[in-house]
Amino acid sequence: MSSTTLDMLKLLLGAGGILVIASGIGFVLKQKLSPDGSNGAIENLNARIKAWWAMVILIAIAFIAGRVGVLILFAFCSFAALREFITLINTRRGDHWAIAAAFFVVLPINYFLLWAEQYGIYSIFVPVYAFLLMPIIAVLRGDPRDFLLRISEVQWALMICVFCASHVPALLTLQIPGYEGRNVLLIAFLVIVVQSSDVLQYVWGKLFGKTKIAPTLSPSKTVEGFVGGVASATLLGASLWWITPFTPAQAALMAFVITMMGFFGGLVMSAIKRDRGVKDWGHLIEGHGGLIDRLDSVVFSAPIFFHLTRYWWSLT
Amino acid sequence: MIRDLLAKLASIAIMMFARAMTAARAIWHETGLPPKQSIYFANHSSHGDFVLIWAVLPPWLRERTRPVAGAEYWLKSKLSTFIGRDVFDAVLIERDPAARTQDPVEQMATVLGDGSSLIVFPEGTRNQTEARLLPFKSGLYHLACKRPDVALVPVWINNLNRVMPKGEFVPIPLICTVAFGEPMHLKAQETKEEFIARAEAALLLLGPLTTDDNA
Repeated sequence: MSSTTLDMLKLLLGAGGILVIASGIGFVLKQKLSPDGSNGAIENLNARIKAWWAMVILIAIAFIAGRVGVLILFAFCSFAALREFITLINTRRGDHWAIAAAFFVVLPINYFLLWAEQYGIYSIFVPVYAFLLMPIIAVLRGDPRDFLLRISEVQWALMICVFCASHVPALLTLQIPGYEGRNVLLIAFLVIVVQSSDVLQYVWGKLFGKTKIAPTLSPSKTVEGFVGGVASATLLGASLWWITPFTPAQAALMAFVITMMGFFGGLVMSAIKRDRGVKDWGHLIEGHGGLIDRLDSVVFSAPIFFHLTRYWWSLT
Repeated sequence: MIRDLLAKLASIAIMMFARAMTAARAIWHETGLPPKQSIYFANHSSHGDFVLIWAVLPPWLRERTRPVAGAEYWLKSKLSTFIGRDVFDAVLIERDPAARTQDPVEQMATVLGDGSSLIVFPEGTRNQTEARLLPFKSGLYHLACKRPDVALVPVWINNLNRVMPKGEFVPIPLICTVAFGEPMHLKAQETKEEFIARAEAALLLLGPLTTDDNA
């Protein structure tokens, strides 16, 4: 067994162990406080834990399937996220081709370039080629009404759901001396730190939360949850330094940057939901809402994590 | 035999495709799932409308649910006949009164007699106007008179017109919902106009308040 597989196994056992404990706590709480399923908060907690099992198993399968498995998983995530995003934006008949191109041309090419390890063109494909070609496709339909608004929204949807989200599997293309064959663990580090930060902020907030941090954007987020969540997720990141090319201090710093980006990413996506008058992006994951509700923090942190790692550690 | 198998495969493929494009989700009425035998009446803006209703119905309700569709459209080619007759098991009615050999209401009543459910689009044709709903045709009333015991369930299909507007040949993926209303019946002494108005109101109640800004 290679050291990478062994480390991955340790992480999965750790995640599985935590979920077993969480499921146990959820079960006891349900027996004590909500035997008839009437306590919404506990039902939601249990739905979330169940969905976590599904997500961990899905990620594990993708990791076992290797590079192609990870790429396919994230391509599907991008597809589902883009579908949620486009559902909520202003579109007119004239955007039909541009949106079809976003789903069926831009998204597949973006992931194909990652598969082909063409980093140079991948890194500018959405920001340059798609950026310029999308408004051209839209303008061919000859409908100028709200044009800037419409085209900006489609561009933003592509940047967030396809370009930014694909920076998670893009971590596989980095070439870090002494870390060969272990890149998949960088994905594990990113996902574990961001998602734990979300969960820890939720837990700290539920236990000690008093002061709302952004009442107009996300009424459930509190200062106590934010500080407690970021601090504990940073410590968790530091304690995972052995799966990364970083030293413990560097791992802590990286985890801190990731959690901050994740937190503010969550706020940005909340602002969009508020504006559109919805509570969740969709209903894909029971207890969590839509896929974007679960991915928002990963999407914001992945490109920054990718570029920090690339700039200081990678040869490419 | 092979035709049946092909039809089964085609129906699975069409449903999977519809789910991938729309992540279709049912919103049931607070009274729960509709009765086993129902006449679902829905707004009509796309050819995919009944596929979406079909896709969200649980299998035991879906099995015996047949869409009512225009014969002249579905019998146009061999492929569309196969899809209409074999895959969807549609009740094909002649919309042009001059060309009719059978009374459509009679046809539908016969199918209800077998215990099947029906999906009907009382607007009669796809709504391509700015209005949320076209005025209903009277067929729904005549059907309700023939079978007053069968529940009429209003169904609002949301967003599918954005997935594939008229004249486009590539659908775009968007999340669609299918909202089911409270089952209703023809009241004693209710006139045609009263019943139609009540059915239209029941359906409109399920839809969004304004038409989407996507004309």
